[in-house]
Amino acid sequence: MTERTLLSVEDVSVELPTPRGNLRAVDRVDLTVGAGRTLGVVGESGCGKTMLSRAILQLLPKKAKLSGRVMFDGQDLLQLSPERLRRLRGRSLAVVFQDPMTSLNPVLTIGTQLIETLQEHLELDEATAKKRSVELLAAVGIPAPEQRLVQYPHQLSGGMRQRVAIAIALSCEPKLLIADEPTTALDVTIQAQILDLLAREQRRRHMAMILITHDLGVVAGRTDEVAVMYAGRVVERAPTPALFKKMRMPYTEALLAALPRIDAAPHTPLPAISGRPPDPTRPLQGCSFSPRCRYAVARCHAEKPALTEAESREHQFACFHPIEIHAGAGA
Amino acid sequence: MLLFVARRLLYLIPVLIAVSLLTFFIASLLPGDLAYVILGDQATPENVAALRKDMGLDQPVWIRYFGWLGNILQGDFGRSFRTGQTVLQAVTERLPVSFELMILAEITGLVIGVPLAIVCAARSGSAFDRFMTGSAFAMLSVPAFLSAILLIYLFAVELRWLPATGYVPFTEDPAANLRFMVLPALTLALAEWPGIMRVLRSDMIATLQEDYIALAKAKGLKASRILFVHALKPSSLTLVTITGINIGRLIGGAVIVETIFALPGLGRLLVGAIYTRDLIILQGVVLLVAAGFVIMNFIVDLLYAVLDPRIRHGHA
Amino acid sequence: MATLELTIDEGVAAEPAKRGRRLGLLFWVAIGWMTFMIAVAIFAPVLPLPSPTDMDMLERRAPFSAEHWLGTDGLGRDELSRLIYGARISLVVGLCAPVIGLTIGGALGMLAGYFRGRFESAVVGSMDVLLAFPPLILAMAVTAYLGQSILNLTLILGFLGVPAFMRVARAATLTLARREFVIAAQALGATHARILLRELLPNVALPLLAFFLLAVAVTIVVEGALSFLGLGVPPPISSWGSMIGEGRESLEVAPRLAFLPAAAMFLTVLSFNLVGDTLRALTDPRQGAL
Repeated sequence: MTERTLLSVEDVSVELPTPRGNLRAVDRVDLTVGAGRTLGVVGESGCGKTMLSRAILQLLPKKAKLSGRVMFDGQDLLQLSPERLRRLRGRSLAVVFQDPMTSLNPVLTIGTQLIETLQEHLELDEATAKKRSVELLAAVGIPAPEQRLVQYPHQLSGGMRQRVAIAIALSCEPKLLIADEPTTALDVTIQAQILDLLAREQRRRHMAMILITHDLGVVAGRTDEVAVMYAGRVVERAPTPALFKKMRMPYTEALLAALPRIDAAPHTPLPAISGRPPDPTRPLQGCSFSPRCRYAVARCHAEKPALTEAESREHQFACFHPIEIHAGAGA
Repeated sequence: MLLFVARRLLYLIPVLIAVSLLTFFIASLLPGDLAYVILGDQATPENVAALRKDMGLDQPVWIRYFGWLGNILQGDFGRSFRTGQTVLQAVTERLPVSFELMILAEITGLVIGVPLAIVCAARSGSAFDRFMTGSAFAMLSVPAFLSAILLIYLFAVELRWLPATGYVPFTEDPAANLRFMVLPALTLALAEWPGIMRVLRSDMIATLQEDYIALAKAKGLKASRILFVHALKPSSLTLVTITGINIGRLIGGAVIVETIFALPGLGRLLVGAIYTRDLIILQGVVLLVAAGFVIMNFIVDLLYAVLDPRIRHGHA
Repeated sequence: MATLELTIDEGVAAEPAKRGRRLGLLFWVAIGWMTFMIAVAIFAPVLPLPSPTDMDMLERRAPFSAEHWLGTDGLGRDELSRLIYGARISLVVGLCAPVIGLTIGGALGMLAGYFRGRFESAVVGSMDVLLAFPPLILAMAVTAYLGQSILNLTLILGFLGVPAFMRVARAATLTLARREFVIAAQALGATHARILLRELLPNVALPLLAFFLLAVAVTIVVEGALSFLGLGVPPPISSWGSMIGEGRESLEVAPRLAFLPAAAMFLTVLSFNLVGDTLRALTDPRQGAL
């Protein structure tokens, strides 16, 4: 079954000038997302995953330098005029940010923030837009939606605010939704609800989704494909089941091992990954993970590994010393 | 919301009382026996003593204060012994002038400052922004009387487009009234716009970095909508404070400007009262002006709650 | 019209904090002008200048010449010399008056910010009440009733600055009083006086100094405004303000008589504002005073 590739990130790099030198936040990343499919992007804070999402949306800070191609629905986003980009955003490309307390405007009502998107892209009149907003709020599971329209974000709980943010993102039936750490700022009990909501809506609308997170547990079972990022590069990419069953990158293994497991014995020590991600203004000559890697050998410190294939074309990793893990450690 | 208003009112009352106390005591401390001043040439010791008894000036300060306060609360602010007018009459005569000046000045200042602030915030760091910010800073070092001289020289002396002094009430002749008001209002506006522009620009720059602006961009909204609807409202809090405080200050009559342009406003009334030793007018008008300032601050606080719903509901 | 109530401005430190430690060319030029003005004012008597009070009725409103570099005024007095002697007056009032505000307001503010509680509420409340009164009117009332003199003028202008200094000192103290070094000193059993003088004062002094320079600028302006109306320094003493006021009469024939002192005042006020603003951006412990 060949599905259409909706988004193709090709050789994309993002450079930021800082007082201490040029910072490579994203280093020659290649990614694809098929229509209606979900890609999970996993990595620690500072690995470049948020910069990547901003690069796709073309919402980078003014000083950032972007290179490469971002093909969305047949168009290179880097070549589009600002006006055409603006019309794409919110309509075909939508985003949900991490913290709904700061991503919703505190002085505008929920209704205003929903209706304005509908009016801008779908040119609905006010009455229709209002009706549509109520339907959207109900669809994301918010009780008493009509009353919410005139409320302000601070009057809702964290989980509800994120539902509103999701409703806004879904309002114009986007082809691709980027969810940047959508549950990190929420209570653990709400996290599963929100993720389920996203998965459900994605299936219903045949929407493509990029789920960005630092938590491998989040992508298990909710994504079709996973890309693991470290220090601005993609270090392993595979269909989700393959990643968990046959991971190759020591980093991926370490990430998985750092997840607390419900069936572990009490007081089992969590193997945290020692050390810290490299200073992005001083990239290492060899593999970026080598200082922290258990399996590192001399070659790892000297050369940067390129992405090579594992057992199938869809599973790629960048490591000179891949591990072989079969089943067992899966989520 | 009602609770918020009630709490603010509770703070207002003691301040107003303190203001009245201070006004009265300062006025009573000013040297120059009132009776002497009134009698002038006829100030023989007997006449002075008789007049003092008559006016109640021989009573202790406290009793005089409460007498005065009592009258005030009944609406009697006293009568000037110079002009024979009651304080309220004098104020109602002069207030429209100062009020018109204040409104024109503040509106002009906002008309200059707000658009500049928005453009500079949207293009912060650009050459235009740096030029305007520098100009605003330089303008802050040009006080009103300097601007007045410059404007008078330019428009009244050299170009002869506008008159340098004079006043005609609006009700008599709107066109002439505005002609007389242009230079004074512009003088004040030149002093107001830098503060307005700096404050709004700085707040907007901070707001434009917020996450919700990034989301608004990600939603594909038009730039104008993002600037005017999403960014302007949350940034206007400090601006509202400044404008409110400016208006409160200007209520006292822009003394310098009124004097330079010979406008019959509250400021000149006060200055005149100082020089003719008209203590009754001085007391009464200063009380009104100070109270007006305090009440203006109160209104500003209420406006805060309107602009930021979080304050209304007791958050933030 | 600038008043002595600099309450809002000190809360808006804005992005100067991001400008960092760049003491640009403008800053040093401003310092240069300030020093030059103060030096010229101090050394005025020993400079080879014609007397500022010698009237030459034959040479009234004379243009620039070798004898009178900046011409003469309406009474034939040398303009350059008058400018310099005017600087003396403006600077004396401008520098001395804020000292009163600095000491009284600074002390009150530090005590209020340190001891908090009802004392603080009383101090803040009374400052609020004081601020409700139109400052120019108060100044005029004082000079009218107590007599126009440089001393009275300095005293009342200084006094009017107390609330503003109080706010700056209090804001700085509030931020600093919760820092570790204060808590550590308290834990070591230091007395209040010691903490206030040894720990807090050195740190509060810097923002106060920056604000002092801004206050000098405002005071020069207010004194100028009062003297412009003839209600400031007592005639025949002249400051820049009174010179501008006199120059107003001659706007039609000799506008330079108003604009020369105006330019001098503008440049001086601008310099103090520049230096004070830069210093404030560098020494603000953390804005958010409001």
